[in-house]
Amino acid sequence: MTDAEWIALRDRMARALPAGAFEEGPADGVIHVQPRSLLYVGRYLLETEGFDYLSNVTGVDWLAEGEFEVVYHLYAMRRGARIARGEDPGGPLGPLVLKVRVPRERPVVPSVTSLWPSALWQEREVYDLMGIRFEGHPDLRRIYLWDEYEDHPLRKDYAPKED
Amino acid sequence: MNRETAVHVPMEVEELETEPITLNIGPQHPSTHGVFRMKVQLQGETIVALEPILGYLHRCQEKLAEGHTYLQSIPYTDRLDYICSMTNNHAYVLAVEKLAGIEVPRRAECIRVIMDELTRLLNHALAVGFLLNDMGAWLTPVQYGLREREKILDLFEMASGSRMMCNYMRFGGVAHDLPEGFMPLLRKVVAEFPGFIDEYERFLTTNEILLSRCKYVGILPPDRAIAYGVTGPVLRASGVPYDVRKVDRYSLYGEIDFDVPIGTVGDVYDRYLVRIYEMRQSVRILEQAIRMLEETPPGDIQSKVPRSLKPPIGEAYGRIESPKGELGFYLVSDGSEKPYRWRVRAPSFVNLTPLEEMCRGHKVADIVLILGSIDITMAEVDR
Repeated sequence: MTDAEWIALRDRMARALPAGAFEEGPADGVIHVQPRSLLYVGRYLLETEGFDYLSNVTGVDWLAEGEFEVVYHLYAMRRGARIARGEDPGGPLGPLVLKVRVPRERPVVPSVTSLWPSALWQEREVYDLMGIRFEGHPDLRRIYLWDEYEDHPLRKDYAPKED
Repeated sequence: MNRETAVHVPMEVEELETEPITLNIGPQHPSTHGVFRMKVQLQGETIVALEPILGYLHRCQEKLAEGHTYLQSIPYTDRLDYICSMTNNHAYVLAVEKLAGIEVPRRAECIRVIMDELTRLLNHALAVGFLLNDMGAWLTPVQYGLREREKILDLFEMASGSRMMCNYMRFGGVAHDLPEGFMPLLRKVVAEFPGFIDEYERFLTTNEILLSRCKYVGILPPDRAIAYGVTGPVLRASGVPYDVRKVDRYSLYGEIDFDVPIGTVGDVYDRYLVRIYEMRQSVRILEQAIRMLEETPPGDIQSKVPRSLKPPIGEAYGRIESPKGELGFYLVSDGSEKPYRWRVRAPSFVNLTPLEEMCRGHKVADIVLILGSIDITMAEVDR
């Protein structure tokens, strides 16, 4: 995403969304969202801004700050596909990085599977390895580790048990 | 037989209902391309529901990498999708170069493009061969793919010292310059490869068995493919010409002329055909990359990078078009020599998400075929 595209996108978002729905991140193309406005902002980005491709969903454990962060990488796939046809994409291609922070004691984030089904397995993976629950996910189970397992190995305070 | 005798057929037979049954395919099964289990609900021979069960190869690579320096993780990326170690290296070094702001000399970029496209050739040659395996043509077609792969592995061995676990790329370039004798052999392999594609196509593209097994099987419409985040040949077979090489123009792909082949139906046959055409495009790219390398004066193949690399605090997402789809690395640095977070966005994993949707309504034997047409490596799915 070029600087001009990012500034234009930011301005459009500021006009279309209620105040306080999002905050700009430290870097270009990064947007911080409160968990309660995630689906609202997500729907706007998908339906109005054309970010139809959710490439990556992952979690980061900020242990010192007592928070989990869920990171979403968004791209505009239909616009990107125009390039191969020799057409002008006509808008930003991405990546747009969406970030949500939740306290470690209550790690619950709304699921974005209703907007982007590509989150179906990736959210399960974050739940499995990081222990962040996704509210509204149709099938939130562990994906790699077995169901009886109790730990979440990607957490920074995880200590492997000797047995 | 007249109408009177036909009456003897008991009418109840037509009204008999079958009980749905549950069938386990895998985890140890030659068609599952690794240890992968599918719990399938069947009504007769028709698939009603399918639940993929993963994790048999899970080794929590993302956690392991948090205990290693950035450089130590390069050989681990070889072991993600072990067919394509070169492209895995490339995606990872690209992310680190973004994170630390490292420049890459042009000569190294030429070599990277050559290695990437050779990897695409061998991956697609195998993918098509194994698809035929899954169709029941046991091991004969794949032998032809393996034969061609060996020639490319010879090149990898010359350059990196290893045939499969290449560990060849470094931050800011590649590990070694190309040895003497590499270029003549490369030119020979590239010149002969179209002959192999023609040979493959002569046997397969209009083969009646292949057509009847693959046509209109496992259709994934373009809207669903985009929603599921599917990438690579599977996405393009559904008719969406999205290619990270075209969109991001990373490395030298912005200067190279190539087409993005797409399918029209999005079935297994289109996925086969897209891979065949992508091999032809890769040959085209290789010819241009060889010319670019020859025009680049000999010089550095690696920029100056400190041995213990400490990228500034921040994060980066680097992605490339790997032969299986979009391979991305998301790295978070806390300023130390080890990454704070090391995440792999694996194409095989995401491309598997719509498996149930593609299989529903088809017959048992088609599961194996549809799975084969997605082209996955379980080491990359489970990580």
